[in-house]
Amino acid sequence: MNRADIERTVFAAVDDLNATLPEEKRLPRNGEARLIGAEGRLDSIGLVDLILSVEQKLQDEAGVAVTIADEKAFSQSQSPFLTLGTLTDYVTKLVGKDGHG
Amino acid sequence: MAEPRVILITGTRKGIGRALAEHYCGRGDLVVGCSRKPADLEHAGYEHHELDVIDEDAVKELFRRIRANHGRLDALVNNAGVASMNHALLTPLDTARRIVETNLLGTFLFCREGARLMRGSGGGRIVNLTTVAVRLHLEGEAIYAASKAAVESLTTTLARELAPLDITVNAVGPTPIETDLTSNVPREKLDAIVARQAIQRFGELRDVVNVVDFFLDPASDFVTGQVLYLGGV
Repeated sequence: MNRADIERTVFAAVDDLNATLPEEKRLPRNGEARLIGAEGRLDSIGLVDLILSVEQKLQDEAGVAVTIADEKAFSQSQSPFLTLGTLTDYVTKLVGKDGHG
Repeated sequence: MAEPRVILITGTRKGIGRALAEHYCGRGDLVVGCSRKPADLEHAGYEHHELDVIDEDAVKELFRRIRANHGRLDALVNNAGVASMNHALLTPLDTARRIVETNLLGTFLFCREGARLMRGSGGGRIVNLTTVAVRLHLEGEAIYAASKAAVESLTTTLARELAPLDITVNAVGPTPIETDLTSNVPREKLDAIVARQAIQRFGELRDVVNVVDFFLDPASDFVTGQVLYLGGV
């Protein structure tokens, strides 16, 4: 899977999440969308939901099993959960490392 | 007629787990059970999986199958557990490790995977098994009670973490019941525990089933983070 494939998966997870949110809380479908932090759009359960949804879609649609949120993710100097773009980059790296690329 | 609930119960080969499996099968629910060894419970609504509750790959595969076969999970009862009655000074580390792994980490693993599946099906119920040994500080059960105290802590914290997903998490603490788990405990020790209960009789399987029924009842959707001890302990 390349970055574009991963981005499609992340955006599909965003679509699922948005379907459960009121309009003012929905995430824009672009890499700049802030997930956490001062301008973040998600609360903690929203972030959990998004991460689990991405993991599930990777497993179901591509047979790729990755754990996105582990100690490594939380020890990065820049959080991979800052924006949809950083999340996509991080998952692309994980999938590549696990030999699914 | 309402769709049958999908209920996963660990440790269904015997004792409390088996009684729960028979009860819910009898009520028309679909029961998925598991244990390390095969079970001889045969019912149209029952399916059995052989696994160790701390084998992460096997547990994930079990949940993958439940999702593929049933599409959802309505309730999880973490019943599988091991005990070893012994003085702390005589308890080998391997025994202590096995008790903590099965009772605490096994429960954690099933809660995590169960909640992931329930999240996709509009919520659910988790019931963990604890023991009156926690509150009674029973001598000879230091590690067993410590592992269950941790299960109680897990229960109350998960109740908060999972509340936004409409998942309730509660625990039931039975008094001694005459099952395999207590078969190696000297009779006088069991009698001494019963003597400390408000209602002084041995527990019965139906007592536990009744509490689990309450936690699983649709009307109990405002009940979470509770640890309910039987017998007035």
